[in-house]
Amino acid sequence: MEAAAAAAAGGGCGSGPPPLLLSEGEQQCYSELFARCAGAAGGGPGPGPPEAARVAPGTVTAAAGPVADLFRASQLPAETLHQITELCGAKRVGYFGPTQFYIALKLIAAAQSGLPVRIESIKCELPLPRFMMSKNDGEIRFGNPAELHGTKVQIPYLTTEKNSFKRMDDEDKQQETQSPTMSPLASPPSSPPHYQRVPLSHGYSKLRSSAEQMHPAPYEARQPLVQPEGSSSGGPGTKPLRHQTSLIRSFSVERELQDNSSYLDEPWRITEEQREYYVNQFRSLQPDPSSFISGSVAKNFFTKSKLSIPELSYIWELSDADCDGALTLSEFCAAFHLIVARKNGYPLPEGLPPTLQPEYLQAAFPKPKWDCQLFDSYSESLPANQQPRDLNRMEKTSVKDTADLPVSTQDVTGDDKQALKSTVNEALPKDVSEDPATPKDSNSLKARPRSRSYSSTSIEEAMKRGEDPPTPPPRPQKTHSRASSLDLNKVFQPSVPATKSGLLPPPPALPPRPCPSQSEQVSEAELLPQLSRAPSQAAESSPSKKDVLYSQPPSKPIRRKFRPENQATENQEPSTVASGPASAATVKPHPTVQKQSSKQKKAIQTAIRKNKEANAVLARLNSELQQQLKEVHQERIALENQLEQLRPVTVL
Amino acid sequence: GANYPLYIRSTPTENELKFHYMVHTSLDVVDEKISAMGKALVDQRELYLGLLYPTEDYKVYGYVTNSKVKFVMVVDSSNTALRDNEIRSMFRKLHNSYTDVMCNPFYNPGDRIQSRFVCLGRAFDNMVTSMMIPVC
Repeated sequence: MEAAAAAAAGGGCGSGPPPLLLSEGEQQCYSELFARCAGAAGGGPGPGPPEAARVAPGTVTAAAGPVADLFRASQLPAETLHQITELCGAKRVGYFGPTQFYIALKLIAAAQSGLPVRIESIKCELPLPRFMMSKNDGEIRFGNPAELHGTKVQIPYLTTEKNSFKRMDDEDKQQETQSPTMSPLASPPSSPPHYQRVPLSHGYSKLRSSAEQMHPAPYEARQPLVQPEGSSSGGPGTKPLRHQTSLIRSFSVERELQDNSSYLDEPWRITEEQREYYVNQFRSLQPDPSSFISGSVAKNFFTKSKLSIPELSYIWELSDADCDGALTLSEFCAAFHLIVARKNGYPLPEGLPPTLQPEYLQAAFPKPKWDCQLFDSYSESLPANQQPRDLNRMEKTSVKDTADLPVSTQDVTGDDKQALKSTVNEALPKDVSEDPATPKDSNSLKARPRSRSYSSTSIEEAMKRGEDPPTPPPRPQKTHSRASSLDLNKVFQPSVPATKSGLLPPPPALPPRPCPSQSEQVSEAELLPQLSRAPSQAAESSPSKKDVLYSQPPSKPIRRKFRPENQATENQEPSTVASGPASAATVKPHPTVQKQSSKQKKAIQTAIRKNKEANAVLARLNSELQQQLKEVHQERIALENQLEQLRPVTVL
Repeated sequence: GANYPLYIRSTPTENELKFHYMVHTSLDVVDEKISAMGKALVDQRELYLGLLYPTEDYKVYGYVTNSKVKFVMVVDSSNTALRDNEIRSMFRKLHNSYTDVMCNPFYNPGDRIQSRFVCLGRAFDNMVTSMMIPVC
C-alpha cells in the first residue's frame, strides 16, 4: 500500500480485515492521522507499538515512531494496543497501510469507549479515538489531539460566537499564545462553510500553527487531571482537522479556561466565560432567558455538535433534571458543558456533577445583563419555592396557577405574592410603583415577570415585546388611548374604591372568563384583581392599578382580558358596593360604567388590530426563515455530495 | 402492529430465552384485555391489567400505557411476598421511568431502550435493576 496523501487517503484494497464503514468525520480524522504518520516519515505508517509485528522491509513504511506514539497517546493498555494491531491486520500484512491504520484507529475508538477489541465493535458508530498529547510547541510531530479537533469536528452553530471566542482567547491564560490565537480568530470569517466541512485553505494553516501552540499547555495541565499515566511523547496528527477550528478553538479555549482556571480538579465547573457563551447560545435559541428550550429545538442544536445520538441522549438524561422534555437556562448550560467536555475527551459522568446541577448553576452565576439582578434574585428563590417555577411554566401548570391563586390572595406574603404580583406588575408599571400598597414588591419585581410570565411561543414573545414599550409611560398612554382624558381622571378617582370593592366578589367568578388561548393571562388577570383586592383594603389608590390596566389595553393583552372582567366587575359594582370601604364613592361609578365600557371596546379593538399586525409580521418572518432554511439545507446537501465525491471512497 | 420488545431484562440470566418466550406469548393476553376494555384508558386501574395468566412456576402481570406500550412482568410463583399493590407500584415506577425516557428528545418512540454503547435510558435501566434485585 502506498502512502496516501492527506486528502486522498485511500482505503480500498486492504487485505484481511473486513470492510469498514467510516463516517465523514472519522474519515477525515483518520486520513489526517494517516497522512501525519505517513508524512512524518515519508512513507506509510510503520507498525504500531514496539510489540507489534515486524514491518515488511520492502514496503513503504514510516518509522515505528509515529504510529507507536499515536497508539500510545490513545492511552490504552499495551495489551489492548497489541490486540488492535493484530486485529487490524498490520501484523498479517506486516505494515500499516491505510486500511489497517483506519481499522486500528477505529478499534482504538472502540476500546476507548469500553467495547471489546473485536472486529464487530468497529461496525458501529463510534466516537473518534482520543489521543492525549503531552506537550511541546513545535516539536511534536503531530498536531493537536484528535479530541480537540477530530471529535470537535463540526460545531457550526458556534460561528456566530466567534467574537465571544475572541474575548475568551484574550482572557486565555496562555499569554504567549495570545497573538497566534488571535490570528485564527481572524480567519473564521473566511470559513463560513465549516458546517459543511470544507477545509479552510487560508485560515487553516494559521489555525493550525496557533492551535498547536495553544493546545500543548492545556494538555499539560490536563494530563494530571485526566490520566496521570497518559502523557506520551507525541500526539496523533490531527492538525488538518483544524479547519473547523473556529469552533474547535472555542471549545479548546473553553477547555483551557476550564483547565487553567482555579478548578484544576473540577472539569465540570463552568467558568464565567463559558457561562456567558452558553447563555448567548441559549439566547440565540430562545430570547427569553427564563423560559425553556423545547426538546426538539435543543435536539437540533445539540445534534450539530456531531456527538453520537446515544451520547447526546445520555447527556440529555443527565442535564434535564426534571425530565420535562425542555431545558431551562441552567439545564441548557449543564448540557452544553457536558457536550463540550465530551468533545474534549472527558468521559461522561455517571451522574450530573454537583457543579452542574441547575440549582447550583442558578445560584452561582448571575443571569445575563438584561435580566441580571432581578432574575438572579428570583432564580435564587426558585429552588426554594416551587410555585414561581410553576408560574414559569405556565403552559404546563397554568391550571395549577389559577387554582393556587385564589388561595394565596389575601395571605400572599412571600414569594407567592411576589410572583403573582410580578406578573401583574407587568401591566402596572408606574402606577404600581406608586401604589402605596405594593411599592417595594412591584419595584423589585417589575422586570421579573416580563420574562417569567410568558412561555416560549413566538406570539407571547411578540406580546411581551409589545408590552415592553408601553410600560414606561403609563399615564400619557392612559390618556392617549382613551378619547376623553378628563373622564379618565375623573373616573379613576371615584372608581378607585368602586372597582376595588367591585373586585371583591368577582374574583371567584373570574376563571370562567372568556379568555381564549392564554390561560396564563387568565391567571394573571385573576392575580390582578386578587392582588389589588389584597392591598386595596388599605389604600384607595391601589385600584388605580386596574385603571391603568384599562388605559393600556392596546399593547397589553392582559389588560384586554381585564377589561371584560372589569366590565363584569363594574357591572357588579353597584350591587356589591356596600362592602367597599369607600361606599360613598361607589355611587359615582354608575354613570362612568357605560363610558368605560365603550372606551374599553375601542381599546379592545385597537389591541386586536395590533395583535393581528404582530401576527402577520411574525408569519412573514416565519415563512422567510423557512425559505432560508430550505435553501441552506439544499446547499448543505449539495456540498455533502461534493464532499462525498472528493473524499476517498469509504472502505466498504 | 409490530410487537417487538423495546426493553427486556431478566434475572437470573439462565432460562432467559424462556422468559422472552413467555413475555411474547403473554402479549396475546394483553391484547385481549386491551380490546375488552375498549377506548381510552385514563384511569390507573385500567392501565394495570393484573395477573395475565399463571403457569405452574410463574405469574405474569401486565400493564399498558396510554400510548399502548405494554409492560409485562414475569415473577416466580414461589415469591409469595409480592402482593398486588406492590406489582402495581412497580408498574407505576416503570411507567414513570418510561415517561422520562420519552421526554428525551433524542429518543425516538420505537427505539430500543437499550443501547450497546451509551445507554439511552440509563435511568430506566437502573430503575429496573433496582426493582429486580429485591424481588429476586
